[in-house]
This record gives sequence, structure tokens and C-alpha cells, in this order.
Amino acid sequence: MVVGVARHLGARLAARLAAEPGIDRVVGVDLVEPAESIGAAEFVRADIRTSDVGRVMDRAAPDTVVHMNILATRADAGGRTPQKEINVIGTMQLLAACQRSASVRKVVVKSSTTVYGSGPQAPALFAEDMVSGAYTRRGYEKDAGEVEAYVRGFSRRRPDVGVTILRFANVLGPDIRTGLTEYFVLPVVPVVLGRDPRFQLVHEQDCVDALRVATVEHRPGIFNVAGDGFLVLSQALRRAGRPIVPLPTLGSPFVGGILRRTGVVDMDSAMVRFLTYGRGVDTTRMRTQLKFDPVYSTVATFDAFAGARTRGGLLDRDRIRAVEHTLRGVLTGEDTRGR
Amino acid sequence: MADSPLPGLLDRVAAAAGRALRDHLGVDGEQIDKLVAFAGRRLTGEFEVDPFGFDPELTETVLLPILRPFYRHWFRVEVRGIEHVPDSGAALVAANHSGTLPVDSLMTQLAVHDTHPKARHLRALGATLVFQLPFVSDLARRSGTTLACNEDVEALLGNGELVGVWPEGFKGVGKPFSQRYKLQRFGRGGFVSAALRTKAPIIPCSIVGAEEIYPMIGNAESLARLLGLPYFPLTPTFPWLGPLGLVPLPSKWIIEFGEPIRTDDYPPGAADDPMVVFELTDQVRDTIQATLTELLELRGPAFG
Repeated sequence: MVVGVARHLGARLAARLAAEPGIDRVVGVDLVEPAESIGAAEFVRADIRTSDVGRVMDRAAPDTVVHMNILATRADAGGRTPQKEINVIGTMQLLAACQRSASVRKVVVKSSTTVYGSGPQAPALFAEDMVSGAYTRRGYEKDAGEVEAYVRGFSRRRPDVGVTILRFANVLGPDIRTGLTEYFVLPVVPVVLGRDPRFQLVHEQDCVDALRVATVEHRPGIFNVAGDGFLVLSQALRRAGRPIVPLPTLGSPFVGGILRRTGVVDMDSAMVRFLTYGRGVDTTRMRTQLKFDPVYSTVATFDAFAGARTRGGLLDRDRIRAVEHTLRGVLTGEDTRGR
Repeated sequence: MADSPLPGLLDRVAAAAGRALRDHLGVDGEQIDKLVAFAGRRLTGEFEVDPFGFDPELTETVLLPILRPFYRHWFRVEVRGIEHVPDSGAALVAANHSGTLPVDSLMTQLAVHDTHPKARHLRALGATLVFQLPFVSDLARRSGTTLACNEDVEALLGNGELVGVWPEGFKGVGKPFSQRYKLQRFGRGGFVSAALRTKAPIIPCSIVGAEEIYPMIGNAESLARLLGLPYFPLTPTFPWLGPLGLVPLPSKWIIEFGEPIRTDDYPPGAADDPMVVFELTDQVRDTIQATLTELLELRGPAFG
């Protein structure tokens, strides 16, 4: 049973699992009809915030539940209040149903590295056991932390059920739409003055693959999932050919208000902190214990995204390269193309 | 774009012009060419940073060259004992801290890079304040500095990096001029336990000269509290002369790297034994203090 199939990654995972030979039946649950094809999986409409989800679980009697219904952007939910309801109450209802169920053997939760927060006191690389409540938490960061706390409570009460929590770095790719993808395609991108946060990315394909591994294999535990290597924001925006406007802060109501009202991008406090301080996670455990190797590195993920979505920016890389080649031609007397 | 005929033609014309310049006028654009190639890589985002945000290319091409005139001509830094810094593998350089602004860590980074036969990068550890400030935090990460916390130190040492720590912290860098060359307390010895855990040798490092660059004769405590800073320095020139007061005084510097102190012959669990940690901390501290006294005598007058 895959919960949260109305959105891109959920739909892709459901379709992928339904095509898997070892799996008889895949039930996809969500409040609204999936926007994309979920392949051979069956769609069941249920509201995760109510006991509906328990009734679906009784009928379907799944042995594995994949929880992907944790929303990172409030715009997806239609505001901060429904976002919190879906994330927190939804998780509680789903776990309550799992706890009752006699059939469930495995629970997989798609969490995010947002649980670590970001700030000036953060270590360069977070390992899985470094979640601390020391940073101020609001909005989605708080939700992500609370969801995991409920999952840990569940695994204490049902030690017979294998629980896997995958904490993904920001997912990017040619198809997915998130707060971060919409931010990167702005014609002129606002950044924080004097800050150049570093970050990791996961390709959407790797994200689905990692969830598949966790669903099909038995790999209980908590794992960070991120592509190799790092990007810094200025570097990413140059690769996307986007000019920047440095602002003293992205968190001021004025800046946030303009961005939201003009419908360009809705940034909450967690995203503002991420774009100020950045974040890095340690992925050793992903390789050794989850036995998962992402195909795309952080840079390759960004380039795959940029190739599909950010053609023809003001500072297009090809244009800069052409200028560079001509200039170097004058300087060295050689045609430097292809050097 | 690469296939369109116009830029191809343009490039051929450019190459011809370049040949003419070189062959007939004797203008060699090699140096500028390297800079243009560098600028091109920066503008297209073709560079790499490590997990700590360290950008070796930017550090070597831009940041260190900016510091080098200060290092060579202003402070006339003399480096001793660089042979104690290993050619490869992890080591922890622990040094005294002074000077109101942490110029000493920048100069030590440059000293290691410029005098070490392998031109190693010293990965400095910085206080939380460094990472709260815009621009400063960015430059710090770019130049290889990371937050002074156990996780980061152990990760860096575990990767075989050369790490620099200034265990006195603000107590050292922000002490009044009257206290110069008197080592302050060495924190809680976190750097020693990190070295024990990773079995990295500790290299005591003594820096003479940094004390005189901004002699701190007073501390506007209420102003510091208002700004959320650990201290607000008053020097003979700052803030009285405005931005001019930020020019450091040209003292003569000596940086000496001492004999490495081995940490690999302790039993497992020593890192959690406070007695071992305190003893090692004291050993490092005493070595630095003794060397400082010797070097001071050797240097003679500060501005000579």
C-alpha cells in the first residue's frame, strides 16, 4: 500500500512497484485522483487525516505500507494549517491503523533531511543519529521532526514490524515540481546577501529507486539519502544561467510577501534557513547498510534538472563559454574550442 | 550554438589576431589566459566544493594571493619547524590565539600552504560566530574552515586532513594587550579527545607577532552586548580613525611548529578519560607557552 500517490513521486513509486514481479497487488491511497498514471496499481480514495485510512487498511490487508504523504510545501496542501494536519494528524492516523493491523510487516516512511534543520551551529555533515532539538523549529521542520517521533513511537510499540525511515535531501529532476525547483527557474533569483549555502540533491529517479529498495528488501533503520558531492547556491544558479539579486534576508515579510503574491514561489521559514545556511548529510550508512548507490551525483542531478527546465537564461552557459573561447583565442593565438 | 558558423569564424579571427600579437609584437597572453579560463569556470559553475564547503581553486587563485602581501611584506612572517607537519595523513595543529581579529589563523593557513613541501591546506576550525555572519561565513567555508564541533573535527581527521585549532577561542583573541603572550584556558579539551579518537598527532604551534597587530586597550562591553558580539575592541586606532583603524600594525611575526605529540599509543577509551585529556591538554599548553617565551626573546622588538 502506497499512501500519497496523487503527487509525482508517489505515483511513480506505485507504478514501479506494480510492475515488480514479486508483488501481487499495489494499492495507492490519496485524497485526490493522481495527476499521473500509477500503472497497474489500484487507486483508493481516502482521507489520511481521518479513520478512513484504517478502513482501507482493513480491506486491503497490506503487508507493507509506504508513507509518502508528508508535504514539504504549504502551497501543496493549501496553507500551513492543512499542511500540518496532513503531515502530523495524517501520520498519526496512518500509524494507528498500522498498529491495529495484523497484516502489516513493514513500514517505509519518506522523510527528509529537513529534520536536521539548518543553522550556524550545524555540523558540516549530519549523521543519522544527530537529530537534536536545539535549533528553533517552525513550520515544516517541526512537522518532519514530529512525524519521525511518531514513527519511532510506533516502532517501539510494534517491534515485530520493520520500520525504514529514508531521509532524502532535496529531490530534483526534469519532471518533479517542488518549492526548490520553482525557485531555480525564477528569471531572476533572490539570494541572501553574503551567503552561499552548500547543499546536496537526489535525482527523482534515485528517490524512487531508494524507496523501492526499502520496500522490496528488508532494511530497517534510518538512512540519509543524497547524491554524491555538493553544490553551492551561486554555482547552481550559474549552471542554470540565472542572474541573482542579493537581498539582506529572504525571511522578511516584505520579500516573502512579494514572492508569494506574485505567485512566483512560496518560501516558508525552513526554506529560508536552508537557503541561508545550507545543509550536508553523511551518506555512509546509505551505502553500507541500505546498500543503495545513487546513479546521479548532486551535480548530475542539477544538470538533468537544468537541462530540462532552465534553457535560455540570461547568463546562459553556452554564451559565456563562447565569449571565453574568443577571448582566449586572442590571448593564446590558438583555437581553444574543445580544449 | 557550437555548430553555428558565426562563432567558429569569430574564433578563427581571434586566434589569428592572437598569433599576430604574439609573433609580431611579442605580447604573451599566457597569464591572462589562465585568468580568463578561471573566470570562465567560475561563471559557468565548473568547480567543486567538498562537504565542508572548501573550494581549493578559489582559495589558491584568489584568497591566498590576497593575503600573501600581508604575509610577506607587512608581517614578514618567519616559519620554523615546518618539517614537523607530516606530508600526508591526519594531524591536528593547536596554536595560541591573539590579535583581536583572528588574522593569526589566516596567516597560519598561508604559512603551511607556502612553506610545506606538499603545499598542504590547513583546515581551520572556527567559532559559531564566524558562521552567523554573512560574507565571513561564506569566505570561511570557501577557504576550508569549518565549525569547531566534535563531529566536524573527527570527520576531517578521519579523512586524513591537516586541521588547525585555536583552543583559547575568544578568550585568547579578545584578551587585553596587557595580557599578551599569556595563554588562556584551553576550552574543555575537545580537540584533544578528537585527536585521541582518530589517533592523529597534535602539533603545538606558537605564533609570535599577532598580539601587536591590534593592541586592545579597552573593551566597550555594553556596545558588544548590544551587537551580540563577545567583545567590542578599543585599540589606539579603532574606532577613532574609522576604517583606517582597521589597518593592522606591522609587527614582526614568527610561527613555529613544534614536535608532534603522538596520540596513537593510548589505550582505547582514553578519549573519554578526563584525566588523560586534561594531562594532554596541559602538555600542549605548556609546550606552546614555553616556545612563546623563547621566540619572544629571539624576535626582539615587536616592530623592528
